[in-house]
Amino acid sequence: MKIVVLWTDWVVLLVLLGTLTYGWKVMRQPHLAVTWRKAFNTATGTSAATVLAVFLVIGLLDSLHYRPAIAGKADAYATETRSVLDDILHQQQTGRERSYSAPLAYQGYEKEATVIDGQATRAYLRLQHGGAHLDQPEQQWAADVLLRTVAGVGLGLLLAAAATALVVLLLARKRRQGLGMAWRSLRRGQVGFPLRAVLLTLTVLAVLAGVMTMLATAYHVLGTDRVGNDLLYVVLKSIRTALVIGTMSTLVTMPIAVGLGICAGYLRGWVDEAIQYVYTVINSIPYVLLIAAVVLILMVFIDNHPDLFPTSAERTDARLFFLCIILGMTSWTELCRLIRGEVIKLREAEYIQAAQAFGVGTWRILSVHLLPNVMHLILISMVINFSGLVLAEAVLSYVGIGVDPSMQSFGTLINTARLELSREPTIWWTLATAFTFMFSLVLSANLFSDAIRDAFDPRATHK
Amino acid sequence: MMTYLVRRTLYSILVLAGINLVTFFLFFSVNTPDDMARLQLGGKRVAQEAVERWKAERGYDQPLYFNAQAAGVGKLTQTVFFESSAKLLRLDFGKTNENRNIGWELGNRIGPTLALAIPILLISVTLSIILGLGLVFYRHTVLDTWGVVVLVGLMSTSSLFFIIMGQYLFAKLMVITPVSGFSPPPGMFKFLLLPVLVSVIAHLGPDTRLYRTLFLEELGKDYVRTARAKGVSEWAVLGRHVLRNSLIPIITSIGLLLPALLAGSILLETFFGIPGLGTFAVDGITSQDFSIVRAMVFFGSFLYVITYLLTDFAYAWSDPRVRLK
Repeated sequence: MKIVVLWTDWVVLLVLLGTLTYGWKVMRQPHLAVTWRKAFNTATGTSAATVLAVFLVIGLLDSLHYRPAIAGKADAYATETRSVLDDILHQQQTGRERSYSAPLAYQGYEKEATVIDGQATRAYLRLQHGGAHLDQPEQQWAADVLLRTVAGVGLGLLLAAAATALVVLLLARKRRQGLGMAWRSLRRGQVGFPLRAVLLTLTVLAVLAGVMTMLATAYHVLGTDRVGNDLLYVVLKSIRTALVIGTMSTLVTMPIAVGLGICAGYLRGWVDEAIQYVYTVINSIPYVLLIAAVVLILMVFIDNHPDLFPTSAERTDARLFFLCIILGMTSWTELCRLIRGEVIKLREAEYIQAAQAFGVGTWRILSVHLLPNVMHLILISMVINFSGLVLAEAVLSYVGIGVDPSMQSFGTLINTARLELSREPTIWWTLATAFTFMFSLVLSANLFSDAIRDAFDPRATHK
Repeated sequence: MMTYLVRRTLYSILVLAGINLVTFFLFFSVNTPDDMARLQLGGKRVAQEAVERWKAERGYDQPLYFNAQAAGVGKLTQTVFFESSAKLLRLDFGKTNENRNIGWELGNRIGPTLALAIPILLISVTLSIILGLGLVFYRHTVLDTWGVVVLVGLMSTSSLFFIIMGQYLFAKLMVITPVSGFSPPPGMFKFLLLPVLVSVIAHLGPDTRLYRTLFLEELGKDYVRTARAKGVSEWAVLGRHVLRNSLIPIITSIGLLLPALLAGSILLETFFGIPGLGTFAVDGITSQDFSIVRAMVFFGSFLYVITYLLTDFAYAWSDPRVRLK
């Protein structure tokens, strides 16, 4: 096995590391800890954060890439780059059908030409994988699906009960109470942190996941697409693309935004004027057209320099990377403006004036005194921009200026399904799957960002 | 007031010059004119003469930024940058690769785009303000809570969903409107109905929520309490006092909405087959025509800058504090 780290994987890992470091710092700084605790102190905020965390775990599993070793040979690796998620969903990835099949179906959605008893006819054929274990599907199917659903619900509830028991145990130990006492205060929501909401969300998620897993071992839970790919697999793979675009776009341009914002706010004068001019100019170019132009230029550049991008995976990854940069370019100005405003306020603060009085150099004031104090703005703007970027990706891929068509993403998924509703009979499950997953991701991001905005915006406190 | 407006106008011109520099850099430095010629003429095996001829036809045969061989001012003026910028600032956009006049195309296509954008703007702003005021009037009630839930749900739904569902429901199931297409004014209405409706619904979520927050913020202020103490009715407080004082942020948000409309027009127009500016840009992208895309970027930015300028004027009109500054 050979571990492969793509460009975007690096960024995903760095984001994770950065967030953890920041979280650790927040714990040690009381003023930040109070505000962050406020953000997590609402039931909606924490529930949304829980759902987001599940998406994040899926995205992370999909970011650990490797190339499997070829059996029997030393130092030889397969050309295909796999991720850990591919291994978990191995059955879904390889269990391909011939074409469309409805969710949980055991036979194809359309009649296919076949030979029955020596005669060529058209009939609904059994699927190769979905429901293949049933001998008499007409009689067994309903009972089998019901049994598996019940088993899945049971499994989910069991997991949730285990999690709740663990929380109660920890709570009892922390508060030095009896188990019954801890359980009662948890149930009444009297633990000072919306643990109840988190556990409820986890229960719902566990039940959903339990049902999905029990059914997915024998069926295509969400159906298959035109070329017979299992949709559950496709949509879970799309999550990583959405997460990468949603977070990386803000991050890659962050150094520019932070640097220019701090300089403009602290130095004022002509530096401020120049920086404001730069971001007004960039802000004045319609972002769709800017993205279109850059993607077009980039495609031509990649075509003209094939030596720089030897494999198609690298080409796809490079396109995603540059798409993030250019998407970041369009949201960059907002962060820069925010930081400039914050620094203008901060430069009048006593500790900055004390630093100036002690003769601390400008560079040191910028990097040691101002930078740490605007860090939270970056994280906030990342969370707030996230949902917009995920939605933008779908639209851009749809118009043909988004990620590479061979890359799995919500946009490409919707794009391939664009004409399915006008077919007869209607094929609804591809679009339904794509929109449901996208909706839950964006909704939880929106709710979480609302909680954060409320916690950090001083004007919102009186509400 | 006059100095303020003049200053804003001059600044806009400066911004346009900056945009021109950025777009020129993007289009001519990443891929050289030679690359562009090869792309258009096809493949790597193009004779150098053909490339030179292609460049000469478009005036791309001079140095990009600085012509060391020319004399005096010519060092700067006899360059691709100066020539093409001068043309752009005169709104002369040149020709597409198929030799059609881009300026003429833009003139033809701006009509359908505006026919789509203006109703969307008017309807969605009015509707959002009314709904926002309504929610504020019923604040702290079940209606408000559920209203916000619906708005957040709308915000979190992809606009693609509204478009696809709109076409499915109205054009396929109910057959009220055509799926897509366009015709000049007399028959225009039925083609515009669906895209306008879809777009208004897509804008409703974020806009109404924003206005609701703005109105709530204003409601906490002292003058509102004074008005209430005088016995002004709640609707009059909202309509006459709160709405008027929220005008500045509303104008800002409309100014921000206009660019979004332009961006949205690319999506709507390609979906509904409306021959506007958006489809023109998409045509340029798919046929890899640099002159179309560059013209569209500049023209789009030009519209933006004008919009921002109008927003500034609207500030000055609505708020005396801005005028007197």
